[in-house]
Amino acid sequence: MSLIDARHIEFSHGGQKVLQGVSLQLDPGEIVTIVGPNGSGKSTLLRVLIGALTPQKGAVTRQEGLRIGYVPQKLHIDPTLPITVNRFLNLPHPVDPDAAKEALRTAGVAGLGAQQMSQLSGGQFQRVLLARAILGRPDILMLDEATQGLDQPGSAAFYRQIEAVRRDIGCAVLMVSHELHVVMSASDRVICLNGHICCEGTPEVVSAAPAYRELFGTGTGGALALYRHDHDHGHDHDHHHHHEAAE
Amino acid sequence: MLDDFLVRAALAGVGTAIAAGLLGCFVVWRRMAYFGDATAHAAVLGVALALLFGTSITLGVGAVALAMALLIHGLSSQGAAVDTMLGVLAHAALAIGLVAVTLIPGQRVDLDAYLFGDVLSVTRGDLAVIWGGGALVVAALWWHWSAMLTATLSPDLAYAAGVNPRREQLVLTLLLAAVVAVAIKVVGALLITALLIIPAAAARNYASTPERMAFLSMGIGVLSAVAGLRLAVIFDTSVGPMIICVAATIFAISAISFQLRRVGT
Repeated sequence: MSLIDARHIEFSHGGQKVLQGVSLQLDPGEIVTIVGPNGSGKSTLLRVLIGALTPQKGAVTRQEGLRIGYVPQKLHIDPTLPITVNRFLNLPHPVDPDAAKEALRTAGVAGLGAQQMSQLSGGQFQRVLLARAILGRPDILMLDEATQGLDQPGSAAFYRQIEAVRRDIGCAVLMVSHELHVVMSASDRVICLNGHICCEGTPEVVSAAPAYRELFGTGTGGALALYRHDHDHGHDHDHHHHHEAAE
Repeated sequence: MLDDFLVRAALAGVGTAIAAGLLGCFVVWRRMAYFGDATAHAAVLGVALALLFGTSITLGVGAVALAMALLIHGLSSQGAAVDTMLGVLAHAALAIGLVAVTLIPGQRVDLDAYLFGDVLSVTRGDLAVIWGGGALVVAALWWHWSAMLTATLSPDLAYAAGVNPRREQLVLTLLLAAVVAVAIKVVGALLITALLIIPAAAARNYASTPERMAFLSMGIGVLSAVAGLRLAVIFDTSVGPMIICVAATIFAISAISFQLRRVGT
């Protein structure tokens, strides 16, 4: 049975349709990456899946008692709020001190427990977020552009950490990323989103697409022309010609 | 002991300072200062309505503060331009309240008592309201502490952990109305926000966790209340503003000594 089953999600914000007819199932242990141009609704989809946003149409079914480990895109802690890493890990529920230490080690930031969150570097901060996410032994780890603000080696190391974490606790992983070239090798499935699901497939299929680098270079122009595999649904809108242009 | 009006005043000040010091941390962390202002200023309107209908002042103030807090809560969830709107509501409520109080027939109302507090005239009944309300605020915050803290750090993290941040914000809104109702007798409508914010801000520099900041904030609030009362008696000034003066002095000392220490290291 799926961990999360989202069907025909439609979400509008300020009269603008952000998501339309998005269906997505996540099975235990699988790694799924969502790619798409800016403003394509990737973060919105994740926030719908965790229950932070309620879609106008469609339904999200989460497995009974599903434990979600969520790593947000960025987290701004107000400077007036003093908080140590250890205190942060104990929110909202107190955790075993040894488990907290272990989670920090797993996330690659062992021994930082007594530090103030505000004194961490960008990479350390994201790893602490990861440590907190895995502390609850999640069934699914959700990462929203978790490497934003990290340099190339930093984000590569971060994704290696994710793979190690998944091996350790066997959770499913759903991530949103621009850095397809980094995350792709580990993904079971890649989903291309642009308001709706344009196409999805294995990373091999994606990597075989000659123009896939354009996604990370020239912006959104060629973003939808990347995938040469057969689409599993008809395209009856204006993205069509992009696809043909790449053939 | 309670026969002494100074003892009653001190107890009223301490009870209010504990509740305000604790809740004030969330007001600071969530940047709700203007929210507090709007709710507190609405209290003057509550006074007018209570006098008009002959109900207790606490009830009128509590009801109107609650209505104002819920109104802001509802509007802010619709993503309106919150800052401007709060400014409009805060001062409109104050102005309407001031006009309404003077229009009440057959009443000569001592406005100063409601604007700046009148802690020296606190009765046993007032004390019961203050300590009852204060205990309610402390208990609710104790109960909701972790959930509220998570929701304050990030609504999305809260949702993912099964905590509803909207609900936590609603609880905070209700508690804010309760503190306004409790504090109006002690520091008055105009200075309630100060009692919420200044002790918490003074505590910030010397706290490493949210809990330490909360305890320190309550301590600073209590010290301000007791010292403010004493100084007001000595210099024969009004008590509410003197309490805030002491709190502001502690804040200044905290800020300056923190800067000096940072420069020194």
